[in-house]
Amino acid sequence: MKTRDLVSSAISNTFRSKTRTVLTALAIFIGAFTLTLTNGLGTGINAYIDDTLEGIGVSDVLTVTKPDPSSVGFGASSTEPQLYDPDSIDVDQGGAPGSSVIALTPEDLDELSSINGVLDVQAVRQVTVDFVQTADSELYVAQLAGILEGQSLNITAGREPDTDATTHEVVIPASYVESLGFTDASAIIGETLTLQVSDATRTSHSVDAEIVGTSEPTLASPLGESIVANTSLTDALVEAQNTGIPAEQAERYPQASVWFAADASPEDITALKDRLSDAGYSGLTVEDQLGTFTTVIDGIVLVLNGFAVIALIAASFGIVNTLLMSVQERTREIGLMKAMGMGSGKVFGLFSLEATFIGFLGSAVGVFAAIISGTAISAALSESLLADLPGLQLIAFDPATTAVIILVIMGIAFLAGTLPAARAAKADPVTSLRYE
Amino acid sequence: MTQQIFTVHDLRKTYGHGQNAFEALKGVSFTIDRGESIAILGKSGSGKSTLMHVLALLDAPTSGKLSLDGVDTTSLRGKNLNAVRNKTFGFVFQQFFLTPNATVLENVTLPLKIAGVSASERRRRGMEALRQLELDDKAKNKAVNLSGGQKQRVVIARALVNNPSIIFADEPTGNLDSATGAVVEDILFDLNAQNGITLIVVTHDEELAARCDRQLRIRDGLLVDETLEVAA
Ligand SMILES: Nc1ncnc2c1ncn2[C@@H]1O[C@H](COP(=O)(O)OP(=O)(O)O)[C@@H](O)[C@H]1O
Ligand SMILES: [Mg+2]
Repeated sequence: MKTRDLVSSAISNTFRSKTRTVLTALAIFIGAFTLTLTNGLGTGINAYIDDTLEGIGVSDVLTVTKPDPSSVGFGASSTEPQLYDPDSIDVDQGGAPGSSVIALTPEDLDELSSINGVLDVQAVRQVTVDFVQTADSELYVAQLAGILEGQSLNITAGREPDTDATTHEVVIPASYVESLGFTDASAIIGETLTLQVSDATRTSHSVDAEIVGTSEPTLASPLGESIVANTSLTDALVEAQNTGIPAEQAERYPQASVWFAADASPEDITALKDRLSDAGYSGLTVEDQLGTFTTVIDGIVLVLNGFAVIALIAASFGIVNTLLMSVQERTREIGLMKAMGMGSGKVFGLFSLEATFIGFLGSAVGVFAAIISGTAISAALSESLLADLPGLQLIAFDPATTAVIILVIMGIAFLAGTLPAARAAKADPVTSLRYE
Repeated sequence: MTQQIFTVHDLRKTYGHGQNAFEALKGVSFTIDRGESIAILGKSGSGKSTLMHVLALLDAPTSGKLSLDGVDTTSLRGKNLNAVRNKTFGFVFQQFFLTPNATVLENVTLPLKIAGVSASERRRRGMEALRQLELDDKAKNKAVNLSGGQKQRVVIARALVNNPSIIFADEPTGNLDSATGAVVEDILFDLNAQNGITLIVVTHDEELAARCDRQLRIRDGLLVDETLEVAA
């Protein structure tokens, strides 16, 4: 029998007892549907993270800190008192939780720039803003973040702060607009924002800046709900904050940004990180910082997939059952085909193809239904629950994964079909054709 | 090409083992010539079907020698065996073994499909076989919708479609009323007379047996009436 005829016979055989085929395929359908949706969830969220990463546009930057060798993170917490180190600071950014880092000094910055592969080093300066206000508004607490060259914000109105401008420019989170006394974002553009910082002697200093835009936080943005200042504003704030502190004391930074070649390969980046850690620093890319996030999502998707696979295994017993019944019913037909010279291999092929086809039927319909409903669900959610995360398509489908799901299910169905198919292949034509 | 299409010597067939062993054929020897019509005749349970199955290579004998066209059949295995079953033999059974929901044409062309013949060639040869049995107008009907006589003609068309050199018919008229049975018999004997197809009919019907060139009478697994083995 030709392979083509074998396949078409298998397909038409599955339609002989329609109810049975439909019920069997239904079980497969449920598994395929679940598997596609859970994978779609992973694809959607991870694609969003990737997109956001791209949007941030700082793939060529490492955030560098200097870990305190006396405290190495989890599990190493010694109960003994530690020696005081005047440069050791606790920062909630950059280092592993539970580990403290040593502040970077100008010498450190020099050392960093001398490391092979480092193109530029910029210290990340920490400014603690007491409050912000507009002319008539109340005082609001705010976080301040500097913007790195090449970094982009999720601007909702106005523009990004100009890093090279000599005037003070600031972008505020869209959520501040109303509190600061404006009805909509476009009205606040061009207004003056007053930021107040305190120096070491608790003397307050005010700095004015022009509001040039509003931004919406993105899931993966390290800036979060921060007010973003341009370089000249940051300079002014740092200067105000350091009033009265000796210059050498003032130059202490929790972390620094290190630029490397934009076309660096992952191997190059790893090599650079190794050189940094040899010199006693630790460097993380934005991707590294978000890597944990992706790992968690992958883990959740894996667990959900586990449930879907359990459903599929249950469904595969349905296939075994259906085909065993079919083999039983068709003993005569199998006997006749063998009497007419059909080889056992072809008989096996015929029945396992039937199983595979049932698998294909259930999975194709299941995947199709999942894509339709997944798309509808994400569309609905992005307008309601997830409206704050623009660009997030919660459930997304990638053709390769979808094809793999269908193929895997067909594979499972094939395996389920081997038992009945082997039974059919073993059937003895004489016994099958006997009648009395 | 030898004149003798089957040479059978001391053929035995035992079913089961040990205590349950049952010897259905207890050593039969005969020859069948090309183009002959042979009746295997005997009471129910005498071993007729067993003998036919062994001759048709559907079942292996326990011992004895069986040659088909001068070839020792024990040397036929796997692919070769399947090719012989497919190309040399045609089968007509008492029960029709048609696939009820497939069309008449699909049922008839099953042996060609197994042989790997292309779809268009299958159609052509299938229609030719149906025309020969005056069933070409029923080609697209479902097999289930045919009368008993029509079904048996479809079965004969299926047996013919591969241009076999031997047709085995096991109680071919057992399920038919006598008028329809007579028509089916005529068709089979026509094929024997005009196409030179060797016809081996298993029956307990003396009248049908009498129409054959020779009768092999079997009783309890042994041939009786050896005199009839001489060509009539
Ligand atoms: N698979 C089998 N196992 C055991 N006994 C069998 C088997 N097939 C047939 N027989 C026995 O062999 C004898 C001959 O059977 P069979 O050739 O079918 O007879 P017939 O066709 O002449 O009616 C019967 O007694 C039958 O019960
Ligand atoms: Mg019988």
